[in-house]
Amino acid sequence: MSRRAVITGIGVVAPSGLSADEHWATLTSGQCRIGPITIFDAAGYAARLAGQVAGLDVTGRVAARLVVQTDRWTWMAFLAAEQALADAALDPAGLDPYDLSVVLASSSGGNEFGQRELQRLWSQPARKVGAYQSIAWFYAATVGQLSIRHQAKGPNSVLVSESAGGLDSLVHAARTVARGTCAVLAGGVEAPLSPYALACQLRSDRLSTATDPSRAYLPFDTDAGGYVPGEGGAVLVVEDLDRALARGAPVIYGEIAGWGCTHDGLRSTRAAAGDSRQYARSMRLAMARGGTEPGGVSLLIPDALGVPEADRAEAAAITAVFGPAGVPVTSHKSLTGRLYQGGSALDVVTALLAMRAQLVPATAGTPRPASGCELDFVRTTRRQAVDTVLVCARGMDGYNSSLLLRHPRRLTWPEKRAANGAG
Amino acid sequence: MSAGGARRVVVTGIGVVAPGGLTAKAFWSRITDGRTATRRISLFDPAPFRSQVAAECDFDPAAAGLSARDTRRCDRYVQFGLVAAAEAVTDSGLELTEELLEATGVVMGTAVGGTTALEAEYVVLSDTGRLWLVDADYADPFLYRALVPSSLAAEIACRYAVHGPVQVISTGCTSGIDAIGYAHQLVQDGEADVVLAGAADSPLSPVTAASFDAIKATTPDNDDPARASRPFDRTRTGFVLGEGGAVLVLEELSHARARDARIYCESAAYAARSNGFHMTGLRPDGVEMALAIDSVMRQARLNPDEVSYICAHGSGTRQNDRHETAAFKRALGAAAYRIPISSIKSMVGHSLGAIGAIEMAACSLAIDGGVVPPTANWVHRDPECDLDYVPNVARELPVEVALSVGSGFGGFQSAMLFSALRDQPR
Repeated sequence: MSRRAVITGIGVVAPSGLSADEHWATLTSGQCRIGPITIFDAAGYAARLAGQVAGLDVTGRVAARLVVQTDRWTWMAFLAAEQALADAALDPAGLDPYDLSVVLASSSGGNEFGQRELQRLWSQPARKVGAYQSIAWFYAATVGQLSIRHQAKGPNSVLVSESAGGLDSLVHAARTVARGTCAVLAGGVEAPLSPYALACQLRSDRLSTATDPSRAYLPFDTDAGGYVPGEGGAVLVVEDLDRALARGAPVIYGEIAGWGCTHDGLRSTRAAAGDSRQYARSMRLAMARGGTEPGGVSLLIPDALGVPEADRAEAAAITAVFGPAGVPVTSHKSLTGRLYQGGSALDVVTALLAMRAQLVPATAGTPRPASGCELDFVRTTRRQAVDTVLVCARGMDGYNSSLLLRHPRRLTWPEKRAANGAG
Repeated sequence: MSAGGARRVVVTGIGVVAPGGLTAKAFWSRITDGRTATRRISLFDPAPFRSQVAAECDFDPAAAGLSARDTRRCDRYVQFGLVAAAEAVTDSGLELTEELLEATGVVMGTAVGGTTALEAEYVVLSDTGRLWLVDADYADPFLYRALVPSSLAAEIACRYAVHGPVQVISTGCTSGIDAIGYAHQLVQDGEADVVLAGAADSPLSPVTAASFDAIKATTPDNDDPARASRPFDRTRTGFVLGEGGAVLVLEELSHARARDARIYCESAAYAARSNGFHMTGLRPDGVEMALAIDSVMRQARLNPDEVSYICAHGSGTRQNDRHETAAFKRALGAAAYRIPISSIKSMVGHSLGAIGAIEMAACSLAIDGGVVPPTANWVHRDPECDLDYVPNVARELPVEVALSVGSGFGGFQSAMLFSALRDQPR
């Protein structure tokens, strides 16, 4: 694959903020954005906390008719994609539409919309749903809408690998660029906060039932007791390096330098959680593809599930690959909640912003590491060289993904020919 | 990336769970006999719905080899996937050694995943739609796995202890073809040597019926279920829902040759485009489907005259069949009038994400067996659908190159080419 994929635009719609700048400010100041669920009355549920997107308002940004036809999940993606394209200064109108793709991860679709329509269907004898149920609920709804909105007519896709999906979508975006597509909107957002979707999540037995927002989601900590769900995520512009240079993209945040996607071949039971060999292998594969040794990785952002068995397994994998305290680790899911595939996409944003600022925001939520979870946590926000970041994520029932991002100053710049668009 | 320099991909195993044919062999015999499997819906009471027919699988999980625990844990669509995967793996003769498992992946498509299970549990937890704040205490222990369909590929991966790349693709009605296309690229790129690739869907439930009723996409012709699905016929009135699954074993050519595997055909090329037009509507000119076809033809270095068979999307809606016919003419020119085209949805219905994989199984079997399945129920010529749709009776002919296409809500347009294996890539 001669074509190289770089990230040139970032859009964030998350509990940590409605832009990359707000997200960064939240992380560097360590503000916890988890709170009581306000989208609906969650008093009757065992889990009552979440990371919510405050001030989500699409009025005036999205046509009223489209707002009615889509779920909150799609609204968040509209805003994130718009931001990402603006950030990249990439106007789809100036592109061949077949040179722009949308490859997003999805986990659970348009939950609130779907529940409303299920209610309409079952609470009345007529057994009817509205005309938009068929286009708003299913997993591909958001990609379809973005494709229309931005005239992205290249190869589009929708990937479902639970929380690993955000990384997988960026991997597939890199493959899509390698096959000749100029630019790809990638990443993912998730809207898991409807009553029925929350009831489903409670059945994973992985949700925290703690009530103190600042102590509810403590990955790797002695008091870890599950995760707090959250909504939102990130959409990024992944672009062919030559094309980005040729058009004078304002920022190249980093290169997708390597990846490794493996599967445990085991379901996520507590008994199976201890096996992290394949997770470690995904990290090694990502580094091998990116031509990097463990010593060349400046920072690792982990999955940080917050379930003790899974945390120990993750720490064991990191230690197996990097050695004891072999790589600085920082995690911010305790501030936002776990956004599923949106969370791994958001971690990629954090990695890119850390490279840009040469600054690592302190890890959050691990005041006292549990036995077996003694990693080199970044305890205070600090300046350091951030050249290469490994972002890691796991999806329920065995999915492991690792994505290696590299600072643009480490790129071997293509020859001048790129500037005039030849080659 | 052209086929020339890249690793070549072949199909070495096939498994199918389809209405009227619960194995690849039974499925193939059913559709080459031109027998339809559509009937009045029995999986739920269809009386309140506009469209009351579907193609259902008479599926008995125990008879299909699933344990009581598999059956409890896995939704019906996952069960289809497990059974199709088991048949494909056995058929391939693969010995999944520890070393090979690290180079083996699973890529499965599904359009609606666990929707049927989600709806059934919703009815309980909401007390038949009365509660907005549903009562979580009654929830099925496996409900989270119904919400997030990554469980489909994960269950298959866990069954075989696969350690390579695993993914679920959910691009609506093109999920099956897109999943096999994704797997094709993984093998081409060297990310895997073997991939179990396919799709499964079991969408037959009230919410699916109501959703398609609301936009009049499914047929209201309930009086003669066997003739309800009439792709390309002038009197067609919409599609007929189906369910099922299929899994193919995709394998890198030299790997397959080294173990002297039976090779059904080569997976020659895959492409996708999107119409960026409308969530459900199609442009009458079929430009994007034609561009996807152009791309696979270019990748495989084929001329239109070399295409032996087209396994059409052929859903049987007014709009689709016209759109697709236009796309074939646009991409293939005069050859479009000569190439036999059929829609197996006339017999096994439209199983949303699953059908694309079932159709790729049909393409593999057509190449292997030298026969193309017919379009059942084709009687009346439509002036806008004026190609050779292989009416009602299968046709024996050497199938060197089979093209399959898919089209779905969200504007997805996909194309895939399978071809008889030749020593040299084209």
